[in-house]
Amino acid sequence: MRCERIDNVIAVVDYGIGNLRSAAKAIAAAGGDAALVTDPDDLARAEGIVLPGVGSFGRCREALANSGMEATLRAQLEAGVPFLGICVGFQLLYQGSEESPGVEGLGVFTGTVGRLAGEVKVPQMQWNTVALVEGRTSSLLADPPPSWFYFVHSFAAPLGAETVATCRYGDTVAALAEQGNVVGAQFHPEKSGAVGLRFLGRFVERCVVR
Amino acid sequence: MQTVRVIPCLDVTAGRVVKGVNFVDLIDAGDPVELAARYDDQGADELVFLDITATSDDRATMVDVVERTADVVFIPLTVGGGIRSVADARAMLRAGADKVSVNSAAVADPSLISTLAEEFGSQCVVVAVDARRRGDGAFEVVTHGGRTTSDWELVDWLGELSRRGAGEVLLTSMDRDGTRVGYDLELLELASAHLQVPLIASGGVGDLADLVAGAVEGCADGLLAASIFHLGTHTIGEAKAALQAAGVPVRP
Repeated sequence: MRCERIDNVIAVVDYGIGNLRSAAKAIAAAGGDAALVTDPDDLARAEGIVLPGVGSFGRCREALANSGMEATLRAQLEAGVPFLGICVGFQLLYQGSEESPGVEGLGVFTGTVGRLAGEVKVPQMQWNTVALVEGRTSSLLADPPPSWFYFVHSFAAPLGAETVATCRYGDTVAALAEQGNVVGAQFHPEKSGAVGLRFLGRFVERCVVR
Repeated sequence: MQTVRVIPCLDVTAGRVVKGVNFVDLIDAGDPVELAARYDDQGADELVFLDITATSDDRATMVDVVERTADVVFIPLTVGGGIRSVADARAMLRAGADKVSVNSAAVADPSLISTLAEEFGSQCVVVAVDARRRGDGAFEVVTHGGRTTSDWELVDWLGELSRRGAGEVLLTSMDRDGTRVGYDLELLELASAHLQVPLIASGGVGDLADLVAGAVEGCADGLLAASIFHLGTHTIGEAKAALQAAGVPVRP
């Protein structure tokens, strides 16, 4: 939004779901040039991509398919452009979700998103601490632990080789996944105050140094 | 880990935060954007803006307040007061609110809850419930700031709003609101036992012990308060410290 031309910016994929203003504002506050993007050509020029997501898996999936940007998004993922999926935008990277049976996800990661389990209220709508999986590192989670992030979700990604950090909510819940250029956060960095802005700031750096 | 949220509530009219008892003798309590930023600095977990006049002129002012807040404050923001339609909700969400809260309009037409949940997702939809104790000890749902008694018993209404996809309940005791004698713990406990979604306690906080009781005895997931924070009686940090000292898990 600081740039007039959509070039060298971090594209927030605007595919017609929810409040994307927060994500764009938070990236700007974290030092990035964020632009809400609706055009595949603009997406193709982006240095980094953020895919937010609220509501149901099926609804977000359908909106993305109808946005005209899916093919470009896939090409950018393949090309190694830094990508951050947030909440349902992260879940879409899997093959599907129990929330919307029969709806196929993007399949970047294997497995199916499942409903939160255990003796806990669903949705998880609260701040929680995020801890690295033993033996894993993440340049985005560089604050000394514990790192508190804000979560709002009823479904969660499966734990896999891509899972780098988790939180405890009834069970162990996937909080952050990273594989090459692809990052997915179940929490909302754009709603996690100063800690969230530092997280986004590190993502912005990753987009710029590339 | 399940943590309890501390949530300052800002009553806003004509672009200013006000504080009063039963909406009379309003005291100017400051600029909403400034206050929101201060509470964020102090460690507030979320913020609630309540538009207490909600005339059409004020609606435009409120959208502007929400926009300016969302530019500088990066914690969850709920906006309520006068939200009657998908269009009202969309205006607030587009301005930067994360959730909208509906009250009287949802009692008048419960399908508003399902419509909003379908359009924006349950996580966006807070149902604010104003409850009052009846002579026989049961709780009834009231609307329009307590001026109108609805046909709903509290427990039935909680079931209905849950079925319709509410993502959270903000429960205010009309008997306690503005009294500063503490939350109605019996009300909270009853509601908590009948809800699967998070419960925010509201109405009556006078000191830090009231917040602790709301979490420990009322089983609330969120603790809303206004005057103890606005009037400088306590900071959010002091509230968190009191909760932590009582063994209630909070974000420091």
